[in-house]
Amino acid sequence: MTVKYAYYPGCSLEKTQRGYDESVREVFKALGQELIEIEDWNCCGATVYMSVKETVSLAVSARNLALAEKMGLEILAPCSSCFTVLTKTNRVLREIPGMHQDVNEALAEGGLTYGGTTRVRHPLDILMNDIGLETVRKRIRRNLNGLKIAPYYGCQIVRPEKGFDDREDPVLLDRLFRGCGGDVVYFPLKVRCCGGMLMTTFEETALKLNRELLQCAQANGAEVIVTTCPLCHFNLEAYQGKINRRFGTDFDMPILYFTQLLGIALGLAAGSLGLDSSFIPLGGKITSLAEAAYA
Amino acid sequence: MTHTTIPLPGVMTHSEAELRQVFLRQVEDIPAGERIKRCIQCGTCTGSCPVSYAMDISPRQLIALFRAGEMEAIMKSRTIWICASCYACTTRCPSGIKVTDIMYALKRTAMEKHRKSSAPQVQILANLFIDNLRSYGRLHEGTLIRKYYARTGVTKLLGFVPLVMKMYRTKRLALFPKKIKAYQSLSRIVKKAQEIEMREAPEPLLYSPEYVGYKGLDNLTLEPRKGE
Repeated sequence: MTVKYAYYPGCSLEKTQRGYDESVREVFKALGQELIEIEDWNCCGATVYMSVKETVSLAVSARNLALAEKMGLEILAPCSSCFTVLTKTNRVLREIPGMHQDVNEALAEGGLTYGGTTRVRHPLDILMNDIGLETVRKRIRRNLNGLKIAPYYGCQIVRPEKGFDDREDPVLLDRLFRGCGGDVVYFPLKVRCCGGMLMTTFEETALKLNRELLQCAQANGAEVIVTTCPLCHFNLEAYQGKINRRFGTDFDMPILYFTQLLGIALGLAAGSLGLDSSFIPLGGKITSLAEAAYA
Repeated sequence: MTHTTIPLPGVMTHSEAELRQVFLRQVEDIPAGERIKRCIQCGTCTGSCPVSYAMDISPRQLIALFRAGEMEAIMKSRTIWICASCYACTTRCPSGIKVTDIMYALKRTAMEKHRKSSAPQVQILANLFIDNLRSYGRLHEGTLIRKYYARTGVTKLLGFVPLVMKMYRTKRLALFPKKIKAYQSLSRIVKKAQEIEMREAPEPLLYSPEYVGYKGLDNLTLEPRKGE
């Protein structure tokens, strides 16, 4: 059954993380879902805004919720930060007396109003809980053939809200890729923070956090880390060289969005999944899987 | 010998009272924020925090200091600025305290009261992020990073050249920021929200030197209750 979603790519996915954007669109299309991008969406404000200005940040974020409400659709937000901020906005508007009214007063200046009904969803949630693993498995064209995968959930899709997966030991990525024939390795740091923006403000600390993540994946034999968040992805990918220089390590770990790897398993064209946007060579096994999928 | 020059336990300075008032107003805006009163000092927050090793005051100590009337010490620490907002503490706190939101409240307090930060780069980044959003409606990472290093150490920008080249080669580099179409409407929303925030600014401080511990959370205007 085709379900429509109000697609909210978020700022990172527009360009710097185009691999996530392209693969989310392709995977959902392949599974018969329709994504309609919210017209003229704005930045959700991310953690930064939320942590320093309250009413303003809520109004900025709520503008997107209001736009989706007009479309009458649930929001699909792949970026962890957008997902958390939009979800949290809904909750704060519900729980703080007067806040919903204040935000609507601000939104009125832009000719908008928000009734509070837009549900915010993450693609992993929809894939596993709405579409379901069985349906996904029927569409698999390329068995991942024992590819060793470290599933990295990061923070903000599992915390702080009691959401669609366990907060301490989430399992949906594990189940998804086991279902695709992958070998999901033991990865105890699956919900450990990558440092996020600390890579800019406290680089030394963030390098250490990412080194530990890479170390854990490597020690457990992972051939790839799959991510769900643009910031985790960027830290693990773009700073891997710097981590190697700083700590004398030899990481050469491909980092893929979970939708990219799922797209490979679904037999989608490699060129449509943004695999060419990877900074780190994907290695023989993934490349041959992707090429086989393409053929 | 008299003790008049020695601050007695439970007696606050005026600046302390002022910081507490701002902070407590912020706490009031956190759903279930008053749970801070339930802190049992178990240290689960500190143990769960992936960056507590790099903090000068641990999250547990931070709550103890607030309780003891040492807001100034908290404001000077780098703790609130290094929190990466991963929410590990919040999900694990056995007393249900929204520790991450408490960190946000402390950040806002420090910024509102213009306390000198031990990690000014975080405020610089936050302000540039907000400017960026306000100017275009969406974040343009290139502009943000360029301006950030222009303010915090321009030579570091050179180190980004290889990364920028890689991004260019993989078609991940957006050279110029793009404004959203409804940019003016968004600006009006932001302006109005700011006005609302000002409208709800605190009443003039009612200074009561006895307020420490969790007092003030019962009555956020800091008025002493009868019989106290």
